[in-house]
Amino acid sequence: MSDPKDFVAVVDSDARRTPRRIAFITKRTSPQVRVKDEERVMTYPEVFFRAVVAIEVFAIVLVITSLLWDAPLEGLADPMHTPNPAKAPWYFLGLQELLHYFPPVVAGVLIPGLVVMALIIIPYFNINVEAEGLWLRDKARRLRIFGIVVVVFCIFLAAFDVWVALVPTLIVAAFIFLAAQTDPQTAQGFRGWLVRKPLSFWIMTWFLFELIVLTAIGTFFRGPGWSWVLPWRA
Amino acid sequence: MAKTIDHLVGQVRENRVWRSIFRSGTGGSNLHRALFVQQNVFLHLFSIKARKRTLEFSATWYLGALTFGTFLILVITGILLMLYYHPSVPQAYADMKDLQFVVSSGVFLRNLHRWTAHAMVFLVFAHMFKVFYRGAYRTPREFNWVIGVVLLLVTLLLSYTGYLLPWDQLAFWAVTVGSNIASAVPLMGSKIRFLLLGGTAVNANALLRFYVLHCVILPLAAILFIAIHFWRIRKDGGIYPGESPVEGGAR
Repeated sequence: MSDPKDFVAVVDSDARRTPRRIAFITKRTSPQVRVKDEERVMTYPEVFFRAVVAIEVFAIVLVITSLLWDAPLEGLADPMHTPNPAKAPWYFLGLQELLHYFPPVVAGVLIPGLVVMALIIIPYFNINVEAEGLWLRDKARRLRIFGIVVVVFCIFLAAFDVWVALVPTLIVAAFIFLAAQTDPQTAQGFRGWLVRKPLSFWIMTWFLFELIVLTAIGTFFRGPGWSWVLPWRA
Repeated sequence: MAKTIDHLVGQVRENRVWRSIFRSGTGGSNLHRALFVQQNVFLHLFSIKARKRTLEFSATWYLGALTFGTFLILVITGILLMLYYHPSVPQAYADMKDLQFVVSSGVFLRNLHRWTAHAMVFLVFAHMFKVFYRGAYRTPREFNWVIGVVLLLVTLLLSYTGYLLPWDQLAFWAVTVGSNIASAVPLMGSKIRFLLLGGTAVNANALLRFYVLHCVILPLAAILFIAIHFWRIRKDGGIYPGESPVEGGAR
C-alpha cells in the first residue's frame, strides 16, 4: 500500500438493488471495513412465500397425523378413582420425575423458578455474551472451581438417590474435562470444536440433556407407584 | 387464459374500492413490494428487506415460522371446537363423545387441535434451543429472548389449561397433579391453588376458569407477545445472520 492518498473511494455499482453510493474510507479514522453490503431480498414475496410453504408442509404432516391417530380420551373424570400412575402432560413429566426425589417446594417451585430465572438472565450474563472458550484463559483456577462444583453437585444428587440426573451430569462433565485436557493450539476436529465452547454452552447442553432424559423417563419408563417399567412390556 | 386472468386481477386491483382498502397499489417494482409490507398494519411488523443468508434452512430451520403456523392452526380449530363445547360438568365430557359420534369430522377436528398443540410445545422448545446455540440472543436481541421466554410460559399454560377441558380421567388427574405443585409454594401456596381452581379441588369452577384462561386470556396474551416478538425482530436488525461477517446496524 504505497498509495499517497489518505482515503479510498469505493463505488457500489449494484444499482438494481441498492441506490448508488460512494463510501470515503479514510485510513486514519475509519473503522475497518470487512464486508460489502450483504445481499438482501424483498420480504414480500421472498420471505413470506418461504414461510407459507414451510407452514403448509408442516400443516399437511399434522393433518395426516390427525387422520391416522386419534387423540386419547378416557372415561369420565372421577375424583374417587385415582389412576396409577397419575401423570401430568408430557412436558411436565421431567418435573414430576424430580418430584419423586425432592420435596414439592424444591422440585415444583424452586427448580422451575430457577430455570425460568436462568433463561431470562442468559443474554444479560457476562460469560454468555463473551462466548469465549471455557478453558482458553485462567485454566488452573477454573479447573479447581469446576471440579469442586461437580463433586459437590454429584454428592448432592447421590444423597437423594437421583441417579437419573446424576448420569447425564457425569457424561457432560466428562466432555468438559475432555475439553480441558485439549490443547486449543493443536486440537483438530471434534476436540478442537469442544475446547472453544463457552461456559454458557456447557450449562445449556447439560440442561437440555437433563430435560430430555428426565422427560423421557417420566413418559416411558414410569408405571404404577412411579416404579420402573419398560415401555415395550407395558 | 392466463393473460385474461392477469388482466382481470389487474383491473380489480386498480379499482377505486380496492385502492381505498389497500394503499400499496399495483406494480411489480421493488417500491410496490416494499409498500405492500410497509402499508399493511399486520405485515409492517416485518422489515421490508431481509438478508438472503438468514433465509437459508440451516439458519433457523424455520422453527419460529412453524411455531406461528401451529398457533394459527390452533386458533382456527379451537374456534371451531368452541362451537361444540360447553364448559360444564359433566356436559364437557358428553361434548367429547358428541365430537366422536355426532359432529361431522369431529374426531379429526379434535385430533388436529391436540396433536398441533403438542407440536407447538415441542417447536417452542426447539426454537429456543436453536436460538441459543446460534447465539442469536446476544445484543441487541436480549429483550426479544426475554419475550420468547414469556411466550414459552404462555404456551405451556395454554397447553396445560387445554388439557383439562375434555374432562376425562386423563385431564382430571393431570391437572390435579399439576395444581398440587402450586400448593407447594411457601406461605401462599394454598391461596394460589384456590385462585387457580376456584375451589379446593379440581371441579366445575376449575373447568370454567381453565376454559376462560384457555379461550380468552392466554390467547390474547399470546397474540400480544407474538406481535412484540415479530416487531422486535425488525427493530433489532432482522433475523440473526450468524457470527461473521459483521452485522449491519439496527434499522
